[in-house]
Amino acid sequence: MSKNQMTPDVQKDSSQLKQKQMIAEHYTRLAKAPDTGEKNAYTFVPGNLTELLRSFDLLPVLPEINALQSSMRGKSREYIAIAEKLGHSEDVCTYVKCDLGMMKSGNVGPTGERLPDPDLLLLSYTGCFTFMKWFEILREEYDAPVAMLHVPYQGDGVITDSMRKYVVDQLKTKVIPVMEKVSGKSYDEDRLKEMLTRSAKAEDDLVAVLESGKNTPSPIDAYFGGVYYIGPIFTAFRGTQDAVDYYEALRSEIDERVRLGKGPVTPEGEMKEEKYRIVVEGPPNWTSFRKFWKMFSDEGAVVVTSSYTKVGGVYDNGFRHDPDRPLESLAEYCMGCYTNLTLPSRVDMLAKYVEDYNADGLLINSIKSCNSFSAGQLMILREVEKRTGKPGGFIESDLVDPRYFSAANIKNRLESWFQMIQQRRDG
Amino acid sequence: MVSTIEYWVGIDLGSTTTKAVVLNQAGDTLGCGITNSRSNYDVACSVSLAEALTDARFSLIAKEFAGQADSKAILERLELAFKEAQFREQLADLQQICMGLLEQRKAPAVYAEALTEIFNGMEVEAHDLHQHGANRRSDFFRDLAGASYLSLAEKVSRDADLSFEQIVGLYDKAILEVEARMPDGESFRLHLDSALECGGFDEPIRATITKVAAIDLVQSGSVGTGYGRARLPFDKAQIRSEILCHGLGAHAMFPGTRTVLDIGGQDTKAIQVDANGIVTSFQMNDRCAAGCGRYLGYIADEMNLGLHELGPMAQKSKKCVKINSTCTVFAGAELRERLSLGEKREDILAGLHRAIILRAMSILARSGGIDNEFTFTGGVAKNPAAVEALAKLIKENYGERTVNISPTSIYTGALGAAIFALRGRDVTGEEAA
Repeated sequence: MSKNQMTPDVQKDSSQLKQKQMIAEHYTRLAKAPDTGEKNAYTFVPGNLTELLRSFDLLPVLPEINALQSSMRGKSREYIAIAEKLGHSEDVCTYVKCDLGMMKSGNVGPTGERLPDPDLLLLSYTGCFTFMKWFEILREEYDAPVAMLHVPYQGDGVITDSMRKYVVDQLKTKVIPVMEKVSGKSYDEDRLKEMLTRSAKAEDDLVAVLESGKNTPSPIDAYFGGVYYIGPIFTAFRGTQDAVDYYEALRSEIDERVRLGKGPVTPEGEMKEEKYRIVVEGPPNWTSFRKFWKMFSDEGAVVVTSSYTKVGGVYDNGFRHDPDRPLESLAEYCMGCYTNLTLPSRVDMLAKYVEDYNADGLLINSIKSCNSFSAGQLMILREVEKRTGKPGGFIESDLVDPRYFSAANIKNRLESWFQMIQQRRDG
Repeated sequence: MVSTIEYWVGIDLGSTTTKAVVLNQAGDTLGCGITNSRSNYDVACSVSLAEALTDARFSLIAKEFAGQADSKAILERLELAFKEAQFREQLADLQQICMGLLEQRKAPAVYAEALTEIFNGMEVEAHDLHQHGANRRSDFFRDLAGASYLSLAEKVSRDADLSFEQIVGLYDKAILEVEARMPDGESFRLHLDSALECGGFDEPIRATITKVAAIDLVQSGSVGTGYGRARLPFDKAQIRSEILCHGLGAHAMFPGTRTVLDIGGQDTKAIQVDANGIVTSFQMNDRCAAGCGRYLGYIADEMNLGLHELGPMAQKSKKCVKINSTCTVFAGAELRERLSLGEKREDILAGLHRAIILRAMSILARSGGIDNEFTFTGGVAKNPAAVEALAKLIKENYGERTVNISPTSIYTGALGAAIFALRGRDVTGEEAA
């Protein structure tokens, strides 16, 4: 997702080059939008409605992605300071503050081009209360129309017919009419269906890539590498031919790594020895992303699967966007995103990961900024430990506030945990 | 008598102090050594090892005299004379560096005279410090010499109307250089000779001591741990996390222990171990070192007390003041505010001790609580007020539990590391450098 993450001498696979090109073109299109007249919608990652937006030719802008990209470019400290100067407390989600700081600094996006003002604020996931507050601020700032989709929480661990109907009704009566108004185009279900067909195809390939972590050695790092793999699907590209092509290329590269018995590629090069296979819960830290990754790769630790790669949507139970049930499947996608699951569902999922991926244990990266993820994590850790008999690890950091990344403390805990796993193996 | 003894060493390079524990082949502790971590980790590591080897040699000497009626007196005399010789060597070094600095700065002659007067006074105090029953506020040269230098410098600068800051500045710079000296391989024998010379020992005693001192101690393995472990001059394979070392060390001291609390200089760790001392889970403080050992160190500085005077003073409290903040940065402000409100020092200290233990209780709870035997380790376990507050809170929260505290608890991490070093030999058959 970040063009600046890899060092220039790192060999890039064709999928990586493809993704880079897709991102660059998208941002250029956004930068030119005020001239070309193309409309956009600001929206979030979890359970987003990319296909629906694109069926109206609305270009998605993802504020969280902008915040994490700013962070990877070393800008978040400055942006957060600007937001705090405006009165936002130290305790406010740092994605929000980073985004506001960026906005106040000219709204220059990750590629150095200016982002257009929003034509529409589409809130498609309400499980994160902060999202609502975030868009209230943007609405004040830009005076843009808001489409809000209320997404019911999976309180009993299932999506019921009435929940699905509730969301579909909102799509029909609230969301689509606003999109029609903003875009000046009518709802075109055939076009949406074509996009959903492409989504499902790309999703099949993505799932194959993510599940390749079940191999030993794992050909991928499903957390640090994983964030690149989920980039296109969870941001602006689901439903596009570009996404289909990207995932097809990625899958064949990963299949080849499996065939050759190769481990994952890290910024330091190809990983030789897989010493620890771990499952990670929680988002990564972006301010020291590469340093953070190195703390794992130096120890021979590979993340074989993670919950963060399900942050946009969960495909584990076979969900795919379905052209035959367009609005229904969009509704299911919204309700199925990871942070909309209950704690027991998350425990089930993570414990299953530890077993299915033959992992040495679960590591939680508890994020100061993100209550959606962090609440209940100690309970999750204890439960997964109890069910799997594998030791859990716990570290703390933040999304984009560099003040909350203490390298020595994190490294100490990680090394202790890896050695603890080793000690238990040795008996 | 054997001429060579193999040993395995564990070194715990903490943020405040560096500890070394030396084991023999049977796994018995031969000796322990400690020094302040200073700015040079390599030196701290060597000094702590040298101290542990000195301790090991004194243990061997003690064995030779075991059973003799006056053995305790002989050993104390020898040890005090030895430490005085060590101290004097560092003092001479310190004086020479200070004088050199004066020359470099082309200071007026009165400063050299003042410095000579200060060091003459320190010589006298050095002798007094190493007498039977003397009250030493610390075991480290930096602290002892510093306290002596400061009080003498204050008087001398006042009498001669010189800048106190300039004189203190000399010490601040010179002590760094003294502390950066690598221990000399020959220093043990030199200091021992000097101790034997000054101690007034009979010839047969001297002969026994000299014979034992000649035993060659040969290092066969080493493992490093602690905050500065990455800086230790060891291979990565010889480095272990302090969490594992504290768990194993506590298990070695108290095999029944299942929960270990370690409050060190800048972190607090709660560790659960199984019946073999293998860590099953742990929690530690996050980015902030609030409520750790450094907090007490800061409070001691604020109150102009020695670190080990804090606990006993807090224990005199009749009314524990409620203190919420364990932030080291705000500790001074909190302390001064309470004093200005007329609270007694001992009551404030009792409150501060309770506050740090409350924080530790939260970390303990996060790690899984206390089901069974509990061991308290790290520098703070030497503080009786912290121990008292902890015992009380454990009882309130978990009921009656066995609470173990070893008098050598500060060496727990180093002991665990030494056991890993010894096991390394057992497991791989390799002999580490």
